[in-house]
Amino acid sequence: MLTTLIDLLHGPLKPEIMLVTAAMGLLMVGAFERHEDGRTINWLAIVFLGLVGFLIAYRAYLHPGAYDSSFEGAWINDGFARFMKLLVLIGAAGALLLSVAYFRDVGRLRFEYPVLVLLSVAGMFMMISAGDLIALYLGLEMQSLALYVVAAIRRNDLRSSEAGLKYFVLGSLSSGMLLYGASLLYGFTGSTHFHDIAAATQASAAGGPNIGILFGLVFLLAGLAFKVSAVPFHMWVPDVYQGAPTPVTAFFAAAPKIAAFALLIRVLETAMPGIANQWQQIVAFLAIASMLLGAFAAIGQYNIKRLMAYSSIGHGGFALVGLAAGTQDGVQGVLIYLAIYLAMTLGTFAVILGMRRDGKYVEEIHQLAGLGRTNLTLAALLAALMFSLAGIPPLAGFWAKWFVFLPAIRAGLYPLAVIGVLASVVGAYYYLRIIKIMFFDEPAKDFDPMPGLVRIVLGAAAAFIILFTLFPGPLVNAAERAAQSLF
Amino acid sequence: MTGAPLLSLTIFLPLIGAILLMVMAHGDDAAAQRNARWIALWTTLLTFAVSLFIWVRFDPSVAGFQMVEEHPWVGNGISYKLGVDGISMLFVILTTFLMPLCILASWDSITTRVKEYMIAFLLLETLMTGVFCSLDLVLFYLFFEGGLIPMFLIIGVWGGTRRVYASFKFFLYTLAGSVLMLLALMAMYYHAGTTDIVALLKPGAFPPAMQTWLWLAFFASFAVKMPMWPVHTWLPDAHVEAPTAGSVILAGVLLKMGGYGFLRFSLPMFPAASHHFAPLVFTLSIIAIIYTSLVALAQEDMKKLIAYSSVAHMGYVTMGLFTLTTQGIQGGIFQMLSHGLVSSALFLCVGVIYDRMHTRDIAAYGGLVERMPMYAVALMVFTLANVGLPGTSGFIGEFLTLLGAFKASTWVAFFATIGVILSAAYALYLYRRVIFGVLDKANLKDILDLSPREIAILTPLVVLTIFFGFYPSPLIDPTAASVQKLIADAQTGVKLAEAAARQVAALSP
Repeated sequence: MLTTLIDLLHGPLKPEIMLVTAAMGLLMVGAFERHEDGRTINWLAIVFLGLVGFLIAYRAYLHPGAYDSSFEGAWINDGFARFMKLLVLIGAAGALLLSVAYFRDVGRLRFEYPVLVLLSVAGMFMMISAGDLIALYLGLEMQSLALYVVAAIRRNDLRSSEAGLKYFVLGSLSSGMLLYGASLLYGFTGSTHFHDIAAATQASAAGGPNIGILFGLVFLLAGLAFKVSAVPFHMWVPDVYQGAPTPVTAFFAAAPKIAAFALLIRVLETAMPGIANQWQQIVAFLAIASMLLGAFAAIGQYNIKRLMAYSSIGHGGFALVGLAAGTQDGVQGVLIYLAIYLAMTLGTFAVILGMRRDGKYVEEIHQLAGLGRTNLTLAALLAALMFSLAGIPPLAGFWAKWFVFLPAIRAGLYPLAVIGVLASVVGAYYYLRIIKIMFFDEPAKDFDPMPGLVRIVLGAAAAFIILFTLFPGPLVNAAERAAQSLF
Repeated sequence: MTGAPLLSLTIFLPLIGAILLMVMAHGDDAAAQRNARWIALWTTLLTFAVSLFIWVRFDPSVAGFQMVEEHPWVGNGISYKLGVDGISMLFVILTTFLMPLCILASWDSITTRVKEYMIAFLLLETLMTGVFCSLDLVLFYLFFEGGLIPMFLIIGVWGGTRRVYASFKFFLYTLAGSVLMLLALMAMYYHAGTTDIVALLKPGAFPPAMQTWLWLAFFASFAVKMPMWPVHTWLPDAHVEAPTAGSVILAGVLLKMGGYGFLRFSLPMFPAASHHFAPLVFTLSIIAIIYTSLVALAQEDMKKLIAYSSVAHMGYVTMGLFTLTTQGIQGGIFQMLSHGLVSSALFLCVGVIYDRMHTRDIAAYGGLVERMPMYAVALMVFTLANVGLPGTSGFIGEFLTLLGAFKASTWVAFFATIGVILSAAYALYLYRRVIFGVLDKANLKDILDLSPREIAILTPLVVLTIFFGFYPSPLIDPTAASVQKLIADAQTGVKLAEAAARQVAALSP
């Protein structure tokens, strides 16, 4: 009975339709309800995200190899898509859970916020499932437009508005580049379908790569690199991360990044396998530049959100290492990396949301001074997260690095791997600095007690990264199946 | 206890103790601190008792691995696999033996955040024992690298005035070396399709050209850990700033991981490269022996002096190991074990007077023999063992490594022997300045001799140092079979590489 119901609810496009319908419905409820408190709607949104997640997971469990497509292949739902969608859902739900207490403290939770998050998640779903350049662009824009607004959701706050505007202007620029690349690709291959593009590039690669296709590839990659915040298209990240309200930053660091990676992987692996040696160079360059900039630029940061922005750039670079390998192992590595990074990010932002003194949120890292004495549990969990971000075993962050560098070594990308691990040593410095401040320095005043929901998110994330070493099997296998469906 | 997973038990007992501490000890009042100390002490004692069963069950006539445990872990090829052979078994015992002494040494000197301190030490014990028992590359790396976390915290939280600098230097130096080894591990996994150390130990597992790079990557890690000149500079800083027990563990166990790594990986897995790079290692070892001995001579800080002398002694170890002779390797292992006892004891001795006077300045002491006769005797034994006087355990190791070096190259032995003279110079000079002379400093006039707790810590070390000096076979016999196998395998490996090189030469026009 349940099985048939789930199959029925999970025809092509059903999760997306459900999400959009839910967003519309909640928008109506919010608009017509008299009191303007968005908490109920926030909770309903979380429930919907959980429901969609359950449907996707249960269907993946019933039919592990199911492959749906509609609109003549413009929309694909395969194992890879399901894996990425679940990650996005976890990221979005985690961010919404973190939002409740924050918005209560700084004003009120507008009902538009959860609705916009739902809409952007629907956009991300489309990005993940895109099998066609038009679907890709539609999904990307649907996601981005919602995100621009969410960044500026605290419209009376100067920094928040600035973040939204910056994100919007630079995001539009990148969309323009992406569109230009897409049109070049269409012009030189005669199709917007990934499969047709793959066939055309394969054919052209035989007689040396076609210069038009290469131009298209470069512009497309530039646009996508902006979305995954890879250097040199990273300039928006620190400002947006710092300016946006903290739970929104958590959302930015978790969900859209994963969706953008999914898009990048799908475009490169299914539309461009014929010219892999061309894009591998670009991806390797993006990876090296991101890892190095992420490591070195974070050293001088004192605002923890800004620091996490550079950290996010660096981690994007590490994930790209796996993609640069261009193999199924590599994609598997990226998926594992993203899943683990998601947990680390949500956990760290939960701690940042716990940095509340006298009812005010603080963001400077020196405010963490002596946390090891005033609140040992919180300090120990943040230390575990930091060691994990630095990639020290036995924490999950080590395995993330293991699974992306292994395919790179296999593919013979030794310089990339050596630069990568050395960048991770530089990166370790600033994660250690946070631990130093917490444990070695004299205590400041204690933080206010952490809100319950934030505690739950932090506990779940920390448990995941600490215990992953003991039970790596499920995630590794799931990522392997997901990666398989692309090849 | 036959059949029980002794190795897993030894590794994870301290972890259980640490979890117990997290759950049970609350607050930071005197009672909670006392509880934490006792729980930690009993855990480490129990672990030591369990680990002795490993020694009992160990069969010295078997060259391969014993008490092997294996469970599937990650994907294909990576498993949770433990086992000990003659090379690793004694290091496990050394670790578990030193641990209760460390807890005892911190009994009164650590007064803040006692619970966290004990948790860090217990975690460290789990990770260190794991390093010596692992029979899987990834598992080995996990333990090897994970040990950085508790050590970083121990130096940084409970250390001296420049603790932040020292802990960062320690962490980043070691990490930088280790990540290169990590890449080499990946390359090995990719080449062999498994990370099982037993399978990788087969001679000729890696082609000679690959061996060179792998050897260099492993060398980067182990040379930092050892530490070898010129990447030794983190060690004096870490030693000086670490609390006494931290120094003991650093000198007693963590440094041994470098030597153990050479024995377990570099020599048997990359024999051709080891053969090729042996002159480099000899050169670095001799520089370490002579240069750091001279540096030790000029130190004004006791801990720093002992730290530099550790670097010099580790020079003998690397020199002995890379001679690839029975004497050299057995001597190297013996030297490591003996140094584990002696340098730990020296740091404990420094800790004894540091706890009283709160200074490590050599100039602040003098004439201690008048007030502290027992202390003077203990320190004398360890100083002479450090010098390598016959009748102490230090002599056996130095003598055997020099013998091995003499076989390999007389010049190496010649220069290394100069180090023996220098070590006598700095060690006796230290002893004279601290213990002898006139007791004319006012604050030393009422210094107390060893307390019963300190006697309990130092007595076993004094006894063992002298015992193994006269009767070294308990430490030499278990290693014999495994060392013979290692040398035979390594020689086969070198021959295979040479044969391959000849073949290439014959094929090319």
